[in-house]
Amino acid sequence: MNLNDFLSDPNLLPWLIPVGPLLAFFIITLATNRAKLLPATSEEYGGHHPDYDGMLVPVVTTRSRALSITVGLVGIGIAWILSLVTVFNGLGVGAGKFGKTVFENSIAWMATGITSFNMGVLVDPLTVAMLVMVPLACAMIFIYSVGYMAHDPRQSRFFALIALFAGAMLTLVVADNVLLMFVGWEVMGLCSYMLIGFWFEKQSAYEAAIKAFITTRVADVIMLLGIAYLYAETGTLSFREILYNEEVLHHLATTPALLLGGLGLSASALIGIFLIIGTIGKSAQFPLHVWLPDAMEGPTPVSAMIHAAAMVSAGIYAIIRMYPLFEAGGHPHEGDLTSPLMLMALVGSFTAIFSATIAVAQNDVKRVLAYSTISQLGFMMAALGIGAYIAAAFHLITHAFFKALLFMASGAVIHGMEHGEHHAHEHGHAHGHAAHDAHDQTHHHEEHHTFDPQDMMNMGGLRKTMPVTFYTFLIGGLSLAGFPLLTAGFWSKDEILADAYLGLSKGFGPHALVFVLLALAAFLTAFYTMRQLGLTFMGEPRTPAAEHANLGRGIVSFTMTLPLIILAFLAIFAGFVGVPPQFPVFGAIFSPETNPFFEFVKYTLLPAMQPEKPPFNWLPVLTSFVVALGGLGLGYLVYWRKPLKAGQPDPLVSFLGPVHTVLKNKYYFDELYAAVFVKPLRWFSEVVVVGFLDRNIIDGFLHLMGRVATWIGELFKLLNTWLIDGVGDGIPELVAVFGAWFRRIQTGRVQQYLLLIAIAAILIALIFAASAGGALVQAAP
Amino acid sequence: MIELNVQTIAFLVFALFILGGGLGVVTTRNLIHATLYLILSLFGVAGFFVLLSAPFLAAVQVLVYIGAIAILIIFAVMLTRSMTQLRQVYNHQWTASAVVSGLLFALLVVGVILPVWGINGAQAVETVSEVVADTVDLGKALVDRNQYVLPFEVASLLLTAAMIGAIVIARDDE
Amino acid sequence: MVPLWAYLLVAAGLFCLGAYGVLSRRNAIAVLMGIELMLNAVNINLVAFWRYLSPLNMAGQAFTAFIFVIAAAEAAVGLAIIISVYRSRQSVIVEDVDIMKW
Repeated sequence: MNLNDFLSDPNLLPWLIPVGPLLAFFIITLATNRAKLLPATSEEYGGHHPDYDGMLVPVVTTRSRALSITVGLVGIGIAWILSLVTVFNGLGVGAGKFGKTVFENSIAWMATGITSFNMGVLVDPLTVAMLVMVPLACAMIFIYSVGYMAHDPRQSRFFALIALFAGAMLTLVVADNVLLMFVGWEVMGLCSYMLIGFWFEKQSAYEAAIKAFITTRVADVIMLLGIAYLYAETGTLSFREILYNEEVLHHLATTPALLLGGLGLSASALIGIFLIIGTIGKSAQFPLHVWLPDAMEGPTPVSAMIHAAAMVSAGIYAIIRMYPLFEAGGHPHEGDLTSPLMLMALVGSFTAIFSATIAVAQNDVKRVLAYSTISQLGFMMAALGIGAYIAAAFHLITHAFFKALLFMASGAVIHGMEHGEHHAHEHGHAHGHAAHDAHDQTHHHEEHHTFDPQDMMNMGGLRKTMPVTFYTFLIGGLSLAGFPLLTAGFWSKDEILADAYLGLSKGFGPHALVFVLLALAAFLTAFYTMRQLGLTFMGEPRTPAAEHANLGRGIVSFTMTLPLIILAFLAIFAGFVGVPPQFPVFGAIFSPETNPFFEFVKYTLLPAMQPEKPPFNWLPVLTSFVVALGGLGLGYLVYWRKPLKAGQPDPLVSFLGPVHTVLKNKYYFDELYAAVFVKPLRWFSEVVVVGFLDRNIIDGFLHLMGRVATWIGELFKLLNTWLIDGVGDGIPELVAVFGAWFRRIQTGRVQQYLLLIAIAAILIALIFAASAGGALVQAAP
Repeated sequence: MIELNVQTIAFLVFALFILGGGLGVVTTRNLIHATLYLILSLFGVAGFFVLLSAPFLAAVQVLVYIGAIAILIIFAVMLTRSMTQLRQVYNHQWTASAVVSGLLFALLVVGVILPVWGINGAQAVETVSEVVADTVDLGKALVDRNQYVLPFEVASLLLTAAMIGAIVIARDDE
Repeated sequence: MVPLWAYLLVAAGLFCLGAYGVLSRRNAIAVLMGIELMLNAVNINLVAFWRYLSPLNMAGQAFTAFIFVIAAAEAAVGLAIIISVYRSRQSVIVEDVDIMKW
């Protein structure tokens, strides 16, 4: 087995896909991440953190920066190329055949009795779809990070971490069993923690990191229970063996569950519910959505990666992958939803509308996008809940593109605003500002600054100074809103609505609910997108910073705008692979016979489960048009026609009144969780665990052990002195004593010697006489 | 049985001389007395030799032992005059010595002499031959090359050595 | 005739007396006298055995003669030593000559 075998065999090639970024991580961490120590007050370190004054801090060297960036880009580049090769291999097999046959390869990883547990790679149509999106989006983010983090003192470390992140995501995508998928899942959880808390000097950042990690962890534990139960029931975790296998699915669907079996819950339903809970955590659905907005504390490329390309997508990918398990025992296309599907439909659609309402009232440009992500993920989950498998997958792909674009564009905006603030200060004030563009500043900035470069109320008129950013942001925003016909978002959203409508028309309750809620959410989505665009780019600059905002020239701005352009292109054209064939005009151009995306991806499922293409119906299309254009139009009216001036309050505030406050505060869920969960847990940790368990019991035990050990030592010392020294010294002493006593025989006196000789002679004679004397007497003379 | 004739009486007298003299030697404080007792004992031995048909040896006994050795001892006593009268006769181990000597005597008698040559002993002598070699035979024996000429010559050498040695040892260092 | 064992008895007694003298007398010259007694006892033994067991074989007498020689030589040398010791130490007590000890 050499490299050639891996490269030439489509079954083995997927093994190499995660290798590039993972190797990059190791190389950067172990070799190229070199830093020099500088005082914390130096300019190269960036923002001023009072805690660190007087200390020496590591700042990455220029050479190390260059090397790490190169390694990182090469790593993701390799992954991207190999993914493309795999995609072509997969497409080459042909729709219809690919799915029945797949690229798979596994090794016996652990012997479990007579069988063995295998780990390996699997490339089926769904994987191919993911492999188109994930490496590309990650590569864009890597390129973007070159410029965005150019002045950050820890850029090498950043690249190492995003490389690990990308590697973990790719592992998850090509995995052939639930366990390996979970491994990638967890590594991404770790990376998200490290990346959200990347600027760890800031308290809000590390708190957000912990929040993200703990919240997803809660969900992950339950997911792990689901995985364990699945393994216990089926004896395997391989996707092909469980999900592409009617007998196994049937068995799972008919076995009553361990818990709640009496309520009619089958094993597959319980497992499904647990896995879905995992996704609820990872993809920030209600009620575990609280971590995602706070995760905006991380650098923008991280937000793009986590919230678009990788982590949250992983959650949805997982449930798309496990879909056959959820459907087992039910017939969603006939209105009979199993419990997991019902859960997804309800949670997804509720989250979609819930989150959209919050987004409407947010002023931070990244927060709007965060809530928008939650909302869109709700769309996907709801779609899957009603059985619209392909639609959910399609929306996942397109969403990744335009959301990554939006985040990176917002990062460019923030970057520009910080630049602008720096220039404004130079113009207006005497004192300089320690560093300007190293961190996303928040409202907790020290001294006299309360300027928040992320607050949209401080922006305005940026279309003039940052045109490329404006156009790409516009394209991304329109795609998100589902602008009819020309954007990818439209095609994917439309398909979801079409599937929901199909069920509605057949009178299925859940489908109807989903349809209505998602339509409303789409309306709000379009509205707040327009609001965002209007506040940021239209009208006149509301602050001096906005006046001077720009990205500058040079490599930094180039590396930031290039990905935007590429992704904007995809945000428009990526949707055209999924056009319904009966659609007027567009159908004939892009899908002459069949919907390519649909026809390719549907073979991931067993024939019995493969959904049918919904017949073309004008109503869902019309609904899509209406909600998208309606929302965009309303937003236009409020924010574009008469753009806000400096100091002018948001008209929404007065319109909604007290409701706005509730929305702005995110329905007070953070406060609720803090009071109900966080505070008691903190108390418990501090008082019980640390105070009592740790100090008293554990330390007490250790001290006791110390005392016991000392006592034993003393005992040994005693034993040593008595026994060993006693014997060791005693024996020579005894010999000496005996010798001293015995040598007194040598008195030097001759008569004494003679006496002893005489005695000895007598004794010998006696012995002789006793033993042989008798015989001698008899002997003849 | 033991007859009581002249030989027996002579034997007893001489035995008395011997043992009495011996006893005297080992018990007297005064060394001159001890020497005189020694001379008495030696006389007794000479008498025994006569009784045992070895007249030459008796003569030599008197001449050498009494005439030379005992006189020599007297000279030595005279030369170590201040020590002739000791406060103590015996040393610290005299009891042990007495016991050992007694034991030795007992062993010899009971264990060896009586069982072997005693009255009912294993090799008891019944009759004693009357034919005895005389002094001429002894003289011949001492120079006969098949008999004892070698020890005879060596003995003379020994005497020479002893003489020289004694002179050297006892000489005054100048 | 006097039985053999009588002579042997006397010789044994003399020997033991001589041994006692050697072992217990303090004066060196007395020790020498004890030695002489022992030698004489041996002589008695030899001659008695010669007379009673093989009176024609001169071995007994010859041996006795040689013992005379040796006794004389030994007495001479011994007394010479005693006198020499007396000269350096002014003492002929045997017990006091004990420096060859531990």
